[in-house]
Amino acid sequence: MIPFLKSTAAIVWKDIKTEWRTRENLSAMLVFSLLVILIFNFALELDLRARESLAGGVLWATFIFAGTIGLNRSMAVEKDRGCLDGLLLAPVDRSAIFIGKTVGNLFFMLVVEAMVLPVYSFLYGILVFQPGFLLVVLLGSIGYSAVGTLLATMVVQTRTRDILLPILLFPLTLPVVIAAVKASQGFIQSVPFVEISVWVNILITYDLIFFAVAIMVFDYILEE
Amino acid sequence: MLEKPRLLTGLDILSALMILIAAALVFFYAPVEQLMGQVQKVFYFHVATAWVGMLGFMVAGVAGVLYLRTEKEKWDIAGLGAVEISLVFFMVAIIMGSIWARPIWNTWWTWDPRLTTASIVELIYAAYLLLRSGLDDPGKRARFSAIYAIFGFFSVPLTFISIRLVRTIHPVVIGSAEAASQGGFNMDASMKTAFFFSLVAFSVFFADLLWHRIRLGKLQSKVNQLRYQSYEKES
Repeated sequence: MIPFLKSTAAIVWKDIKTEWRTRENLSAMLVFSLLVILIFNFALELDLRARESLAGGVLWATFIFAGTIGLNRSMAVEKDRGCLDGLLLAPVDRSAIFIGKTVGNLFFMLVVEAMVLPVYSFLYGILVFQPGFLLVVLLGSIGYSAVGTLLATMVVQTRTRDILLPILLFPLTLPVVIAAVKASQGFIQSVPFVEISVWVNILITYDLIFFAVAIMVFDYILEE
Repeated sequence: MLEKPRLLTGLDILSALMILIAAALVFFYAPVEQLMGQVQKVFYFHVATAWVGMLGFMVAGVAGVLYLRTEKEKWDIAGLGAVEISLVFFMVAIIMGSIWARPIWNTWWTWDPRLTTASIVELIYAAYLLLRSGLDDPGKRARFSAIYAIFGFFSVPLTFISIRLVRTIHPVVIGSAEAASQGGFNMDASMKTAFFFSLVAFSVFFADLLWHRIRLGKLQSKVNQLRYQSYEKES
């Protein structure tokens, strides 16, 4: 167990370190998220009442679009510079590679979210810093980055890799989007937790099922 | 292998006959529904085609698991065939449903759980076919599409449940209102006969099409093999 955790941590650390040297990916994700919010602001006419009722949807649409950029880049970099072969040659368990990459992607997604949320609450005067809301953000991002990492590993090996990831990923992550939007909306409008708990349960179920399935099938993706 | 199995020819004839009989039952045997009139007849084939779509979806998921376990080419072809057939049948079901919904619900489309789930399944199939077309290596293509089919198999029920919950948590919308106002109705015995007969007829038709598709896929890979061999000989 300990060597497994160690190799997973090493992969996460490698990702953070390389990202920190250039900060290309993070800054692209961040600027992109702010642009998406700007577009929503004009596309939806976010007046006072609409701000409250649409905040959950606008935020999750932003996170998901930004997440796709990050996921695509994180695997493309491995493939282009031959790092993936290096990782495969390393004497570590394949699932350690999957978990390491997933945690790395999750980390970047959370960093972007941590920067977007204050901006959003500053712009629209909506209180998002509640423990429940942050839990929803965490659970939603876990499911999204687990499925996204797995699909990104497949997509980088295809001919149409620049466009394929969102097409594969969005229909599969629809339960996450529905549940996360509903739950965040509930917390923003201070609905009693009894009514929100069902959405949190769906998020937890999704995370567990897809994490388990992804670990089971990840070996088949990297087989040569 | 090259000969068409006689059982398959039998199945062709059987499914053609059954669909003809089902159509006859729908139009001449089952009575016209009192409130909705002739448009209700869509229902028999609508449910049957949607059922075939769902069946194909499940077959694709199971074939995906079997492929990953055995790595046998036939499961890859079966999965692809099931997706192709089910894509067409779901589309037919959606179009028939819209034809019915326009006079009854007064709209072509609503975001109800079943309609939304059907459209998501179509999008997953489209993604599945795009994924396949982006991969040249047959082994890789088979593995990746098997994995994608398995993921879809798990994700679609969760989508259905989530959309359904949106409705039950907000009781104002559809759901608890009177069934009749949404176009529900009670089937009498002859309607049930026509309904279940169409279900069985379309299931047989699905089995027939899938068999044809698997045979076609096997012939295709045989042709590729022969082509490769002759190329080897020449060079």
